[in-house]
Amino acid sequence: MEKLLTGKVISVNGPIVKSVGLSGIRMYDIAEVGPDRLIGEVIRLAEEIAIIQVYEDNTGLKPGDEVISYGRPLSVLLGPGLIASIYDGIQRPLVGISEACGSYIRKGIKLSPLNAKAKWNFKPLVSSGAKVGEGALVGEVQESPLVLHRLLVPPGVSGTLTRIAPAGSYTIEEPIYLIDTDAGAYEGKLAAYWPVRRPRPSKTRKKPFIPLVTGQRVIDTFFPIARGGTAAIPGGFGTGKTMTQHALAKWCNADIIVYIGCGERGNEMTDVLTDFPKLIDERNGRPLIERTVMIANTSNMPVPAREVSIYTGVTIAEYYRDMGYSVAVMADSTSRWAEALRELASRLGDMPAEEGFPPYLATRLAEFYERAGLVETLSGKDGDITIIGAVSPPGGDFSEPVTQHTSRFVRCFWALDKTLADARHYPSISWIDSYTEYLSDIEDWWKNLDPQWLTTRNEVMNILLEDHRLEQVVKLVGSDALPPAEQYILFCAESVKNAFLQQNSFDPQDKFCSPEKQLRILASLLLLYKKGLEQVRAGVSVKEIAALEEASRLVRLKSEISNQDIGKIDEYMNRLEQKLASLSAPSKGA
Amino acid sequence: MSAEIEYTNLSGIAGPLIFVDGIRGVGYGDIVEIRDASGELRTGQTLEVDEQRAVVQVYEGTSGLSVKGTRVTFVGRALEIPVDRDMLGRVYDGLGRPIDGAPQVITDRMMNVNGLPINPWSREYPRDFIQTGISAIDGMNTLIRGQKLPIFSGSGMPHNRIAAQIARQARILTAEEEFTVIFAAMGVKFDVARFFIDSLEESGVLTHSAIFLSLADSPSIERLVTPRTALTLAEYLAFEEGMHVLVILTDMTNYCEALRELSSSRGEIPSRKGYPGYLYSDLASVYERAGRLKGGKGSITQVPILTMPSDDISHPVPDLTGYITEGQIVLERALFNKGIYPPIAGLPSLSRLMKDGIGEGRTRKDHGQVAAQLFASYAKVKRIRALAAIVGEEELSDLDKVYLKFGTAFEEIFLRQDYEENRSIEQTLDIGWRMLSLLPRDELYRIAREDIQKYYMPEAASA
Repeated sequence: MEKLLTGKVISVNGPIVKSVGLSGIRMYDIAEVGPDRLIGEVIRLAEEIAIIQVYEDNTGLKPGDEVISYGRPLSVLLGPGLIASIYDGIQRPLVGISEACGSYIRKGIKLSPLNAKAKWNFKPLVSSGAKVGEGALVGEVQESPLVLHRLLVPPGVSGTLTRIAPAGSYTIEEPIYLIDTDAGAYEGKLAAYWPVRRPRPSKTRKKPFIPLVTGQRVIDTFFPIARGGTAAIPGGFGTGKTMTQHALAKWCNADIIVYIGCGERGNEMTDVLTDFPKLIDERNGRPLIERTVMIANTSNMPVPAREVSIYTGVTIAEYYRDMGYSVAVMADSTSRWAEALRELASRLGDMPAEEGFPPYLATRLAEFYERAGLVETLSGKDGDITIIGAVSPPGGDFSEPVTQHTSRFVRCFWALDKTLADARHYPSISWIDSYTEYLSDIEDWWKNLDPQWLTTRNEVMNILLEDHRLEQVVKLVGSDALPPAEQYILFCAESVKNAFLQQNSFDPQDKFCSPEKQLRILASLLLLYKKGLEQVRAGVSVKEIAALEEASRLVRLKSEISNQDIGKIDEYMNRLEQKLASLSAPSKGA
Repeated sequence: MSAEIEYTNLSGIAGPLIFVDGIRGVGYGDIVEIRDASGELRTGQTLEVDEQRAVVQVYEGTSGLSVKGTRVTFVGRALEIPVDRDMLGRVYDGLGRPIDGAPQVITDRMMNVNGLPINPWSREYPRDFIQTGISAIDGMNTLIRGQKLPIFSGSGMPHNRIAAQIARQARILTAEEEFTVIFAAMGVKFDVARFFIDSLEESGVLTHSAIFLSLADSPSIERLVTPRTALTLAEYLAFEEGMHVLVILTDMTNYCEALRELSSSRGEIPSRKGYPGYLYSDLASVYERAGRLKGGKGSITQVPILTMPSDDISHPVPDLTGYITEGQIVLERALFNKGIYPPIAGLPSLSRLMKDGIGEGRTRKDHGQVAAQLFASYAKVKRIRALAAIVGEEELSDLDKVYLKFGTAFEEIFLRQDYEENRSIEQTLDIGWRMLSLLPRDELYRIAREDIQKYYMPEAASA
């Protein structure tokens, strides 16, 4: 099966290497280049020339140097031990690299992505003689206290199980089971390879219907995303894309998080690495790292590996989806990935389309986001992947190609606003420019908590929209020129912004807001608005309402009342209602 | 080795590039020695190699080179410079060769100027507060040891003075360690370089500083190596000698222009404003060479300076820089015109590492909330000023007028300070509270109640 092909380098232009002599090599096969055996991938074939993109620094590479290939596609190794690991773009373990060569990443280093010596406690769940199809559950391993790793028959394999290992500890290299298939015997181990560029198959795709609860109020209430959905976070620098991604990775209720740091800052990955082992998930009392896999290909690491990093990440996500888990993929940032694509396209001499990006940018983006979804897996369980991609538009201009194309393929768009970020209003998700298409899909889930959910949400949203309209007027004439009822809307909108939309991800009470608490705060705001407006119409001044201790207390509910104590918000609402009712207008007749 | 063959005659020269034909065994990124007809030596590097031809960039420029009579030798390794503690207190050119008349430092330690990417796993997250003595920075955009925090400026604004003030005043509260300053100048004028050298000399830090100059009259291509040479020495001093190094790079806009020039000579497809598509990755390979390492003692803190062409922050150079660096200090023309020094813009400035380097045990418990409140309140001032420009100040509500008063005080008392004035973080925060105390108590919604109790002092503010 494995035939060694050899060829030689004929030209080097940055990471793009042309070679001849690799007859019979296929697209996307791995080629090892030069005396250091640098890892590359065949990305184009033209007669006898194979064009290879090299995933490592290739200075010193000469025409005439040897190229070899085993004719295998670029793959990731999937098995127990992925959780809590950190990899570079081509799944080399960064911890292993640092043990092998110190603080810097040297070239030509080859390490197995998974620890081959670690023993895993395997429990068989079928007995030999059973008929097993692709995706059938064979056994399980407790990978981390949070993740039960299900060993499934790989796609494309089915037949009779002729042997299965008894319960016990095994490494990823020991044989676990044997299947007699039409094409011969298949020997299964705890880990297996899968090509990064090929999506893992599933039975059927389904329509998403459960929200991904993120604990971020502006997202959950106003612009929710469903499990299995896609979202983009576009924003200029300094608007808080990474902060938002971190908050989602920390608090969203997915089972597994795959965090891809694609062409971003080294220190940000270090932040995740130092934070996640310490942060405790409220829902299960375990450190967040026990459900997280990290891919870090920072901006100063080789550009081609950045291009492949998002595929590495999403393939790992699909592997856990197939076990029946809900997986969230954070890709920060897809613009850096698109730039890597542009850089490589330019070195290949491809004809540029908009702003130098290659014409296939849109297709590649679509293919990537299409790997999200709620599916019935081959094993029959439901599993889903939610993809949340950050976009970094140059100059914060959303009309640029990556933002524009991305917005066509995602159904949730969380636009970050520079003005909000400047005022340190985080998350700086604009309530005017953002949108979601999942509202109707997930409405039923929220209705279980509160039958009035959508109406309440829309009413509060209307306050914000009305405020936005009035702001245009205020810019011209000042707020004092507005009638009292409209001034009151401005006041209420300000309360919504400060008490609800703005959220401090470092405040212990505020960092994660449960859906129930969100509903209560929302109800308080609506109470303030409705009852207050009645009073304003009856002649009470806006100032009097604003001066109420209860009205200014509203801003502090989020940080002073915990998710467990939400009964206190009900008490607060009673007081607010009484206080509002106790205000009376100066009697006109007297 | 075949790499030591000397080739005569070039097949072409274009801008800073030369083309050499009929070569064999030349590596990508190899260093090239070029001798013109008079025997003068220049250094270059291969950018592209195939079986017959190499494309070479010449750091000293191609002026005076001829197709005939030029001799080329491929050295067969990447550009390296000597590194040693004794290199401090000296002045070098962009390629690391002494230009102060004294001989080259003798050492056998050579390092590749391109460095290697730091493994994110091996980084230590920066947390140590650096007190610069400048309120706008310490109070609202805190500099952290190991951070890369650029100054976005415009022509004519005092970015050099601010950088010099930082270099002079920067210190760590928890330790009595001094900074080693490495200064790299790319394409700036001689007087700018002189100003820095004099300023370092006056404050007595010149003896433990190293200065790399590639001035405006040097070939533009040399600017591409200058920051890398400087950072190579910085990495050696920080990660092998355990020193704390402050690297000032000025002006990164000139660096990017040299890169654009090179890219266009190679006939590459341009992206925005003619800059190459890989400008982001290239800048990252410079800026990411900052930080701290696990288990290591030293650190590299970078303060790159760049001028924004026509003060446009969306220009590719500041834009891509902002995406890589951990925040930015933005200078504002309007404040500068009001005569306020330092004219550090309140809103667009940001320090991303601030949150973890301040607070109880590092600066003061109320620091984070005071900064957040100052930002939020000053943002409101900006909105009210825009409104006042249309309706007139008289028409504003009473509360809006209070905000305007706060805005002026913030600029004149908090932001404004003297070039020689070194404020402690306590002083900075106290001034911040004096400003906030001008506002009604209820407006301080970003601050915890107990801190308001402790520090809010409306009487003192109005006094």
